[in-house]
Amino acid sequence: MNRALRLIRRRAISSIPVLLIVIVLTFLLLESASGDAVDAYLLSIGGGDATVAQSLRQAYGLDQSMPARLWLYVSSLAKLDLGWSVTFGRPVLDLILERLPNTLLLMGSATALSFGLGSALGILAGAKPESLRDRALSTVSLILYAIPSFWLGLVLSIIFAVQLRWLPTSGIETIASGKTGLTRAADIAAHLVLPVAALALIYMALFLRVTRAGMAEVWRLDFVLFARSKGLSRARIVLRHVARNALLPLVTMLGLQSAAMLGGSVVIESIFAIPGFGRLAQEAVSGRDAPLLMGIIVVSAVLVICVNLVVDIVYAALDPRVGASESGG
Amino acid sequence: MTIADLSRRTLLQAGAALLASTALPTFARAQNAPSGGRLIVAADSEPKNLNPAIVASNGVFFVASKVVEPLAEASFEGKDGLSPRLATSWEGSADGKSVTFKLREGVKWHDGKPFTSADVAFSALSIWKPLQNLGRLVFANLEAVDTPDETTAVFRFSKPTPLQLIRNALPVVSSVVPKHVYEGTDIGANPANVKLVGTGPFKFTEYKPGEYYRLTRNEDYWAEGEPKLDEVIFRVLPDRAGAGAALEAEEIQLAAFSAVPLTDLDRISKVPGIKVISKGYEALTYQLVVEINHRRKELADLKVRQAIAHAIDRKFVVDTIFLGYAAASTGPVPKNAPEFYDADVPTYDFDIAKANALLDEAGYKKGANGTRFSLKLRPAPYFNETKQFGDYLRQALAAVGIDAQLVNADSAAHQKAVYTDHDFDLAVAPPVFRGDPAISTTILVKSGTPAGVPFSNQGGYANKELDDIIAKAAETVDTAARTDLYRQFQKLVAADLPLINVAEWGFITVARDTVLNVSNNPRWAVSNWADTALQS
Repeated sequence: MNRALRLIRRRAISSIPVLLIVIVLTFLLLESASGDAVDAYLLSIGGGDATVAQSLRQAYGLDQSMPARLWLYVSSLAKLDLGWSVTFGRPVLDLILERLPNTLLLMGSATALSFGLGSALGILAGAKPESLRDRALSTVSLILYAIPSFWLGLVLSIIFAVQLRWLPTSGIETIASGKTGLTRAADIAAHLVLPVAALALIYMALFLRVTRAGMAEVWRLDFVLFARSKGLSRARIVLRHVARNALLPLVTMLGLQSAAMLGGSVVIESIFAIPGFGRLAQEAVSGRDAPLLMGIIVVSAVLVICVNLVVDIVYAALDPRVGASESGG
Repeated sequence: MTIADLSRRTLLQAGAALLASTALPTFARAQNAPSGGRLIVAADSEPKNLNPAIVASNGVFFVASKVVEPLAEASFEGKDGLSPRLATSWEGSADGKSVTFKLREGVKWHDGKPFTSADVAFSALSIWKPLQNLGRLVFANLEAVDTPDETTAVFRFSKPTPLQLIRNALPVVSSVVPKHVYEGTDIGANPANVKLVGTGPFKFTEYKPGEYYRLTRNEDYWAEGEPKLDEVIFRVLPDRAGAGAALEAEEIQLAAFSAVPLTDLDRISKVPGIKVISKGYEALTYQLVVEINHRRKELADLKVRQAIAHAIDRKFVVDTIFLGYAAASTGPVPKNAPEFYDADVPTYDFDIAKANALLDEAGYKKGANGTRFSLKLRPAPYFNETKQFGDYLRQALAAVGIDAQLVNADSAAHQKAVYTDHDFDLAVAPPVFRGDPAISTTILVKSGTPAGVPFSNQGGYANKELDDIIAKAAETVDTAARTDLYRQFQKLVAADLPLINVAEWGFITVARDTVLNVSNNPRWAVSNWADTALQS
């Protein structure tokens, strides 16, 4: 426990420079894109004259120099103030808190599904390397991995929502339905099936392949040979000895993939009209909404750092060697 | 018989033929359409400021027009192409310095307070004139609004202001909001800009960001027996494929503003229970225009501009890019504006030989590599069609030896590059014709607009003769004389080509057959939908 606390403290301190670098880079990137929030806004209302543009720029502080704005942002962020969104005309924190639960639900479900299904199928494939079952699973996973998620999302939607009408086409829940409690939870679950599947299937393929490869490696190790010579049953060897060791790298992957999945949710949220974080980010970029985009990036970075911290703690618990080196350093 | 009469008659005949073909029962049914039901509509944007008195844009009107009403709405049959809403009549004085509106009696705001001439005066002087994107121009010379009684509002102008302009602008610029909600507040930041309070057939009930807007029936609506629907829900569907899928799955019943892409229309029109309607956008005509930077020496030469106009195959553009859902343009006023449209202007047939000859004459001979000169071409990214036309234009120019370098950018970047930095030689733009050339059309060619104003002449074009016509029309009170000035305007623009008008298009509505009374006015998607109904 003490070790975990030390780890958290060390990570918290080391993540501050990471966050600062992320903020400055995002700011410069957005700055290098031509056009500002006022250009985007005037366009959305179909035009406006020069005085309107000028007074809007003044109101949003866009008439100040780039370093002045960056400094203003970083200093208010230090006071935990994420600022005011130009495109939405609302506090950035409110917008993020409003959208974050949907994205976490989508990502959480997709991660659980891809990890669970991927590792289970990976074990199944790796248990009998080069068997027909292994080849079939490997081929399917390769195909799934090669499919872009937006295409998979559209196809799933056409089949299951438009043709068969088993599931809703889009949204996070039935609009203005007045459902509460369990019926509402069931409604949300039904809406999440397709987007979660579209997002999870691709990562599932990845997890499957990593598990399978890991198992193939472990099979060749001496202690497996020893277990076999002891006369242990094949199932016991697969689960207790091979799979357990092969799953360790998967935990690391989980941490890394959480960032990728956050990126993948941008596409899935647009296709399935889920009011989440990814879609908010897209709107922030097209609206040149610097405070909103920075807020999203900061929260995402914190999220990814947290997930990786959890992964490290879990890893340390699973594999004592890693924990020892972390706390010893 | 004037051209205006002719066109209007043809329009009516076309309408009659359409009615006859789909049989009289439809019409009869529409008259006593059933009441009740929830209409779910696809929406693709969520405007930050939903107040149509401040932001007069189609994205805002789409939702807000059901809640907040203008003084008058566009109409296929009505006098002057208008049907009364909050005003029942309007009359201009002979000197053009005042317009008297008689207002509807017995109208109540959604919060129960009575609607009076004070609300109109407040909206006009405190919002339309100082704050609204289009009203700033139309009401520039508005000095005062007198309210002799609760149902009369007299607009007083410092300079003669044509009634024709005010009339044509009414549906767009005259959304009335309640004085008692806005007075004494920071108007731009008033919470009622999102949670609207109006007099319309529907009340603003709920907004869930990223999901939907919910409007519910106004029981106290002034028109008897209306609205028909209990609820209208605008469901946010940002993905272009989403609206079509949701329509097929019967999750939504209507998608307007071409939310279903043109390429999907052929397929979706064959789905039983779904209809594709191209009517109902006549007063919201979008124009496909090639903007020209006249600072470029080659483009300052009229012969080069004529050559470019001849190099464009308008029929190909209409048939292939718009899949037939558009018409070729002859000039800066679309055919859908019969009051002003003049077909008798210089035209430019698709003729590559002639284009090549004109370019040779201008002194830009083809070089060794077959190229005369290079240009930077920026297509606006707002519509699929503007981007596709950019690709087409590059090829069309290559055929006459002009090498166009395509520069694609997203909306904000395009806007800045063209309208602020003038970093373009040619640009593709989709300006809107809003019922009168003075509202958003003359600004595309007149000189003197400062940099940074979107959808204005930023190509450095200046023509004294054209500027004079525009200035004169702005203060010509007599309707016939003013109309005549705009005919001269069209001729001059088509002859001197400050920009090249290529095509004009309206949008497409796709609806389930159960939705009744769709597209029955020229601004239907952005009108109040009081008579829209659902067949159970």
